[in-house]
Amino acid sequence: MANEYAVNTGHSTGDYVTINIGPSHPAMHGTLRVIAQTDGETVVKADPEIGYLHRGVEKLGEHLTYHQFIPITDRLNYCSAIANNVSYEMAVEKLMGIEVPEKAQLIRVIMTELARIADHQVLVGILGVDLGAFTPFFYLIIQREEIYEIFEWYNGARLTNTFGRIGGVEADLPDDFDARWRELKPNLLKAIDETDKLLTHNRIWMDRTIGVTAFSPEDALAWGFTGPCLRACGVKRDLRKDEPYGLYDRFTFDVPVGKNGDVFDRYMIRMREMEESIKIIDQAYAMYREMAPDAPLMAKVPKTIKPPVGEVYHAIESPNGELGFFIKSDGSEKPYRIKIRPPCYMIYQAFPELVKGEMIADLIACLSSLNIIAGELDR
Amino acid sequence: MEAYTGSGWLLTKLEQLVNWGRKRSPWPLPYGTACCGIELMCALASGYDMARFGAERPSFSPRQADVLIEAGTITKKMAPILRRIYDQMAEPKWVIAMGACACSGGVFRTYSTLQGIDLVIPVDVYVPGCPPRPEGLLYALLKIMDKIDTEHPLRGEIAGLVEGK
Amino acid sequence: MTMDLLKGVSNCLGPLVIASSEFRGDVTVEVPKARITEVLVRLRDDPALAFDFLVDLFGVDNLDLYKKAAKPEKKTGGEGDAAEEPKPEGPPPPRFEVNYLLLSLSTNRRLQVKVRVPEDDLSVPSVTGLWKAATWPERETYDMFGIRFPGHPDLRRLLMWDEFPGHPLRKDYPLEGRGEVRILRYE
Repeated sequence: MANEYAVNTGHSTGDYVTINIGPSHPAMHGTLRVIAQTDGETVVKADPEIGYLHRGVEKLGEHLTYHQFIPITDRLNYCSAIANNVSYEMAVEKLMGIEVPEKAQLIRVIMTELARIADHQVLVGILGVDLGAFTPFFYLIIQREEIYEIFEWYNGARLTNTFGRIGGVEADLPDDFDARWRELKPNLLKAIDETDKLLTHNRIWMDRTIGVTAFSPEDALAWGFTGPCLRACGVKRDLRKDEPYGLYDRFTFDVPVGKNGDVFDRYMIRMREMEESIKIIDQAYAMYREMAPDAPLMAKVPKTIKPPVGEVYHAIESPNGELGFFIKSDGSEKPYRIKIRPPCYMIYQAFPELVKGEMIADLIACLSSLNIIAGELDR
Repeated sequence: MEAYTGSGWLLTKLEQLVNWGRKRSPWPLPYGTACCGIELMCALASGYDMARFGAERPSFSPRQADVLIEAGTITKKMAPILRRIYDQMAEPKWVIAMGACACSGGVFRTYSTLQGIDLVIPVDVYVPGCPPRPEGLLYALLKIMDKIDTEHPLRGEIAGLVEGK
Repeated sequence: MTMDLLKGVSNCLGPLVIASSEFRGDVTVEVPKARITEVLVRLRDDPALAFDFLVDLFGVDNLDLYKKAAKPEKKTGGEGDAAEEPKPEGPPPPRFEVNYLLLSLSTNRRLQVKVRVPEDDLSVPSVTGLWKAATWPERETYDMFGIRFPGHPDLRRLLMWDEFPGHPLRKDYPLEGRGEVRILRYE
């Protein structure tokens, strides 16, 4: 009798239902699977199962040379492949002790920040789709196509860019980057603004996101959160500021911080980070224009990469958080062991804790807001 | 009798009608697992707009889908699930293997990756590329339409009806 | 700065440090396996070091490294780096190692802590009690290397399916696998 009205009344019926969501489910983004136990509509326990996209990347890395592994890194976080490339290349450069020319670093900054914008656009769009707001997705994807066009016209690939080389970048920015960027920038800002108008103060959106799956900063740190999800909890930590790599200490930008660590804060942080990224690109491009046109793009790198024996770890702030590569070299031309530290792997393991006691529909909202990319989650 | 069971006028015209209907509404089941899923998303969204070709409604349920677009790597852990999804689809059904991983395993020649989804399910159109451009996927969809045109959906059934089976 | 860090770590840990090294600014200390929890607590609670964030945890299989080192070095000239590799002396060193990457949020310094795991005793005390972040990395290390973590609340395979035989990231496991196939039976 009472079971019919057991929906979130605070009364447990003691009658749990086990719901299997995924791995093939529209809201599960491909290959995620959650086995949730619910009491009415309240999640009592959620157990994520991963590995449905485990492609053996780390093992593969041990059988490829250092250069050959760059295209494999594209396929980790495929929403922002360039950030993965840069992270891996910087790790190998650290292992080799290579100093990258300034111009190459500026191009890297510009491209990584464009990738960050593209990644955040996917997240915001998909979060909207999963919560029933389809329009922002279309608004954002149009601008995203334009970013893709810049990538494509820089090195021929839309998604898996294989950007950069060990020791620098392969090509200079083409001549009409200036025109492209001047056209793209107002459109990006407009798309962000439109999305903001559609979602941020929308009553339904606020109800579905504010206070949903809030997380405390202590918990977030204990679970190994990094990136926007950590900043949403109120911890001001950004590797671009805290451990500046590349040239990031020369740019002025804000690190947006949330308060409650709920879905709304994660969304807002991403919206504001897109604006900050646009600022960084502007500054980086201004610096780039002051460089001599024939400034070197590549450091002196031997043809066969044969690093000395040793172990290094290098991490950058990828759109999702700290993306690190641990490389152990045995002195041969192949890495002895590559360990990838994907940001969303650490975040997703806290998922049972995040959704405990929430409604089953909020489970979907939470999952979307964490930006779990199966490629880097399972490797 | 020939008009009903053979390649007579009535049957061919009726078949053309059925094929025309099927051809204009290939509802896709987007089964995006990895990188190709993002390009699949781009193909469905504004810009490339797959709905132009009648693939208006991405059907997330296998029961109401015609074309399974398998975009991305299928691992050995995932393979039985893909097979199950395919089995759940109602006839007639077609499969597009999108991307190098779905066609042949791609760069991932490893212990955990299935070396091509045709080891598990039959594939109609292969789209190479890592990932293919959305245009490639649209072309594959047009190929599926061509394939639908060449099929004789009614021949067996009508013959059965006439013979009283 | 790295010297300061090394000094601080050896002050904090004292005789617990078996070996320490510094490469490209990354400091690594090796500690006894059985006392890893104690070491990490000390590093975390030391006010000067305050390594309060677990970045990652993973295993390494050194099988090939020792095979290679056991063979006499034939190459000459220009291979000074490879020759620097210490030749194992005495009994062969333990095959596996588990690495802990630590980070101090206040000072932004990083430290790598390493324990060696011999093949006949594949277990390392779990650190999930210190950082919940170790939950999945420990499961993955168990999955990929077969190293057990006593004290872990739920030590199952993480990436491969439950019936999978073997541990893929071990060096004696072939890249293309041994033809394992997953068979799911539906009721």
